[in-house]
Amino acid sequence: MSLLDVKNLRVEFPTRRGTLVALDDVSFSIAPGEILGVVGESGAGKSMTGAAIIGLLEPPGRIAGGEIRLDGKRIDNLPYEEMRRIRGRQIGAIFQDPLTTLNPLYTIGRQLAETMTTHLPIGPGEARERAIGWLELVGIPAARERIDSYPHEFSGGMRQRVVIALALCAEPRLIVADEPTTALDVSIQAQVIALLKSLAREKGTAMMLVTHDMGVIAETADRVAVMYAGRIVEIGPVREVVKHANHPYAQGLMGSIPPLDRRVDRLQQIDGAMPRLSAIPPGCAYNPRCPQAFDRCRVQRPELMPAGATDAACWLHAP
Amino acid sequence: MSAAAEARLAEARRADLTPMLEVEEVARYFDVSRPLLQRLMAREGRRILRAVDGISFAIPKGTTLSLVGESGCGKSTVARLAVGLYPTTRGRVLFDGQDLARARADSAQRSRMQMIFQDPYASLNPRWRVADIIAEPIRAFGLAPSRVQEAARVAELLTQVGLSPLDGAKFPHEFSGGQRQRISIARALSSNPEFLVCDEPTSALDVSVQAQILNLMKKLQARLGLTFLFISHNLAVVRQVSDRIGVMYLGKLVELAPAETLFTTPRHPYTRALMEAIPDLGMTGRVRTPVGGEVPSPISPPSGCAFHPRCPLANDRCRAEAPVMRAAGDAQVACHAVDEGRG
Repeated sequence: MSLLDVKNLRVEFPTRRGTLVALDDVSFSIAPGEILGVVGESGAGKSMTGAAIIGLLEPPGRIAGGEIRLDGKRIDNLPYEEMRRIRGRQIGAIFQDPLTTLNPLYTIGRQLAETMTTHLPIGPGEARERAIGWLELVGIPAARERIDSYPHEFSGGMRQRVVIALALCAEPRLIVADEPTTALDVSIQAQVIALLKSLAREKGTAMMLVTHDMGVIAETADRVAVMYAGRIVEIGPVREVVKHANHPYAQGLMGSIPPLDRRVDRLQQIDGAMPRLSAIPPGCAYNPRCPQAFDRCRVQRPELMPAGATDAACWLHAP
Repeated sequence: MSAAAEARLAEARRADLTPMLEVEEVARYFDVSRPLLQRLMAREGRRILRAVDGISFAIPKGTTLSLVGESGCGKSTVARLAVGLYPTTRGRVLFDGQDLARARADSAQRSRMQMIFQDPYASLNPRWRVADIIAEPIRAFGLAPSRVQEAARVAELLTQVGLSPLDGAKFPHEFSGGQRQRISIARALSSNPEFLVCDEPTSALDVSVQAQILNLMKKLQARLGLTFLFISHNLAVVRQVSDRIGVMYLGKLVELAPAETLFTTPRHPYTRALMEAIPDLGMTGRVRTPVGGEVPSPISPPSGCAFHPRCPLANDRCRAEAPVMRAAGDAQVACHAVDEGRG
């Protein structure tokens, strides 16, 4: 039984020059304790998917079709107040930039305690004690002395830990993490990844991890969804997608990552660029860049279909 | 330029044994003190940030030296020192055997060095057409005798970086990030430079576009015999482009080695920690032990070796005495533990 179910999600942006379709027919699910990685290039719709799930799409963006279910209950059509309660209690969010998530005017202890007293049946004293516990858990040294510090008194890596504590402290069942380690240096990134992973495992929290860094996904996720031009083009177990991708775009994406263990004369590259939302080609959106495209790809859009051990939206795998 | 002339020029450039760039004991400090009045009221002294604190290296012609390190280690400051955008606080920089400040004053010498920046959105003037952006160095150095020749050169440069000559009439906002970085490269190449300083040229780009740009840079280096100083935080990228690699920590070089040596036998504990921290795409399932702690402030660096608070091999000597660079195999390492054979 999955915790999060996204079905045929469609997000539109009405503009003066017509409606842009930012997400088109996106479907996936996440089980409790599972980490789903979502990868793709800038503008592919990864962050948009996360924003739609937590109900924080930037206007004029709106959900134009499909449904999002948390534990079987629809959450995409809830009134603002009801969604706000779900957002702290059941869904936690971690964003890329820790400075925008934390309120600079309140101490971190107050922000943590307030989150807990709002969502959990506990008093301020208990909340403060738990806040110290959470800060210790995410690896902030001398948590008891630092709980009354303000966000600016912490370094970037420490701030991101505070943000993680804040997302976890109401013990949500789903965490949407959008590029949680991108702003961090590689040694800090490794610490934060290890932390997220162990917390998800221990607490059985489901996680949607949005990032453009395949290394992070390979180390953390159980399954991966690869997005291109607003659609999922391949989804499957992480080992399969990283090592034996079936969609030509996913193959190209994996191939263009510079290897660390050897030097190559020429990196594999995908020529051209991802189309703009206003100019998505007919058929498969990847067909103008695809070395294996044939006639059908130019006219008919492929849906996800079984391909090897994954599902890929590509006519090469048509039965 | 014809292909044969290009090949001859590239050959001549590589045959010259004077290093393209020599950096000797260079330091660059920044005064980050508060205003005088506030300082007097709070009775505090000046605060000096030692962004670069005594580093030395040389780049032979036709090769690539990369500097890697985490944010705040001073690598971008070195990039700016190498082209003279900052004066040095101490030490000296030699460009092709002559003092950098003197080289910059001479426009014939100045045109031999160029820089490519990280952010292709901020480094191109949004109000200029691409052709004007690329032609600016040609005009500044008076390299084209007529408008016709200038236009021909711009068209040639656009083709060289994989764009169409017709793109010259467009504005930067009409291009994607990767295409903009190609424009930056075309602009940098327009004065026929021999030495290019690239400060994180692919960090703002998606991985598939990054591959395009790295391939382009390697192709241009092979064809034109260019010398690169390449700044990056990404070790995998650095491995693809470098002949030699310097690892920086808190304003100092801790290890300088041929690229292959650095990856096969990293010696400094910090270099090893950096390699250990990179997420493993091979999914070998090996358990990693990330290095603890964070980079200290360069305003008040730790005593002795700056890495000692995070170093698993640190002892009393490391806390008291700063190590100097010493040869270890074909690498140079600044570490007491490596010196004493404790590493």
